[in-house]
Amino acid sequence: MSADNGDRAAELLAQACVMEAEAAERYDELADQLALHGNAEVASLFRKLAGIERRHADTLADDLERRGIAPSSQALAAPGQEGLETAPGEAAHYLMTPYHALKIALENEEHALAYFTELAARDAPEDFRRLAQDFAEEERMHVALVRDWLARVPVPPEDWASDPDEPHTVD
Amino acid sequence: MSTLTAPASAPAPAPAAKDFKSATTPIWCPGCGDYSVLASLTRSFAALELRPERTAVISGIGCSSRIPAYTTCYGFHGVHGRALALATGLKLSRPELTVVVTGGDGDGYSIGGNHFLHACRRNVDLTYVIMDNHVYGMTKGQASPTTEPDWDNALTPGGTGIRPFQPLVIALAAGANFVARAFSGDVVGTADIIAKAIATPGFSFVEVLSPCITFRPEQREWRERVRPSPVPTTDDAARAARRIMTDDGFNLGVLYAGSRPPFQPEIGRARRSVAELAEEFAL
Repeated sequence: MSADNGDRAAELLAQACVMEAEAAERYDELADQLALHGNAEVASLFRKLAGIERRHADTLADDLERRGIAPSSQALAAPGQEGLETAPGEAAHYLMTPYHALKIALENEEHALAYFTELAARDAPEDFRRLAQDFAEEERMHVALVRDWLARVPVPPEDWASDPDEPHTVD
Repeated sequence: MSTLTAPASAPAPAPAAKDFKSATTPIWCPGCGDYSVLASLTRSFAALELRPERTAVISGIGCSSRIPAYTTCYGFHGVHGRALALATGLKLSRPELTVVVTGGDGDGYSIGGNHFLHACRRNVDLTYVIMDNHVYGMTKGQASPTTEPDWDNALTPGGTGIRPFQPLVIALAAGANFVARAFSGDVVGTADIIAKAIATPGFSFVEVLSPCITFRPEQREWRERVRPSPVPTTDDAARAARRIMTDDGFNLGVLYAGSRPPFQPEIGRARRSVAELAEEFAL
């Protein structure tokens, strides 16, 4: 079965799978950036977030395969944008803390939760709405998990980005 | 007797965006807009079903000029400001290749400024993607040709006081056949514009606003300032110039698309072997 044959639930599943894979890829890219600049703590957190998204993508891919649905080439996204859970590329900073990383993750999860909640409320076939509800429930758990993590990391001081050896100091 | 014919081999599937990314990890600062431009570039290559072995990415010097190494295409990380000269030579001798040129505002508008003018004028079928962050990032934050005159920093106290270079309108006046502005934070939109630029014959110029959050952290606000151009693409260069000169520099989209035929002279003589060329240059 193809995801674009009018079966909206199949299409949703196929696009959600790509969305999760794209989110994992971006978290890995952010982890690479932070690791390269010696911020191991945040790099490891982004790597963990990538792992979570990838496991979710793998589960959805298995589901797609079981149902004989071809993967989509497009992530679930607002028109003309990257996937709903994909962190913006410019979100990172070399001095960022786990708090900042988790705020990014929280925003992504909240985007996805809002979107799936809205999909589940649409006038659509039952299997589509049920799937959207399942996704919304999963995202709700992710939001709660990230909020819990956030509560356990220190809030950074206001001058977190100030660098005593700032890069634009004249040598 | 029946004749057996070998089954036609199935064409290899078109590469996905990730197939255009090399295994080399970019070393830009975390949060640099150039990461997103790399993502847009590879997306556009995939959308056009290009092949890495039939595509060349040519650059000069600077942070953004590192891009060729981060792709699986053929690449040339050239001399400062000379990327367009290299790319012109490559495209004229190998017209079957898709040639994309990448660089920054310092490399393209200052050191390579003269090449920029003449590349627009020649209209060779190239796509030039400039990642404009209004600063020399690699050399630690000097003012570039597009820096605002009042940008106050340790290296230019009180600002340069110099009127910024206006790349889009200069490209138009010099004869570029396609002029567009994009924003790195809009990965999908930028990919779409780059794909259109590559697909349009002639010299296509895409200026991508790509924040340098290390030396210009205030450029994070660009995300809130950019907007799609409120008017459709025009093929009237004078109208496009007027629009560009009166906007605030944050209208995104294809601002001009002309139909001037690209410059692609016939290769007049038979190609010579490497041995023959070596003989000519032997001392």
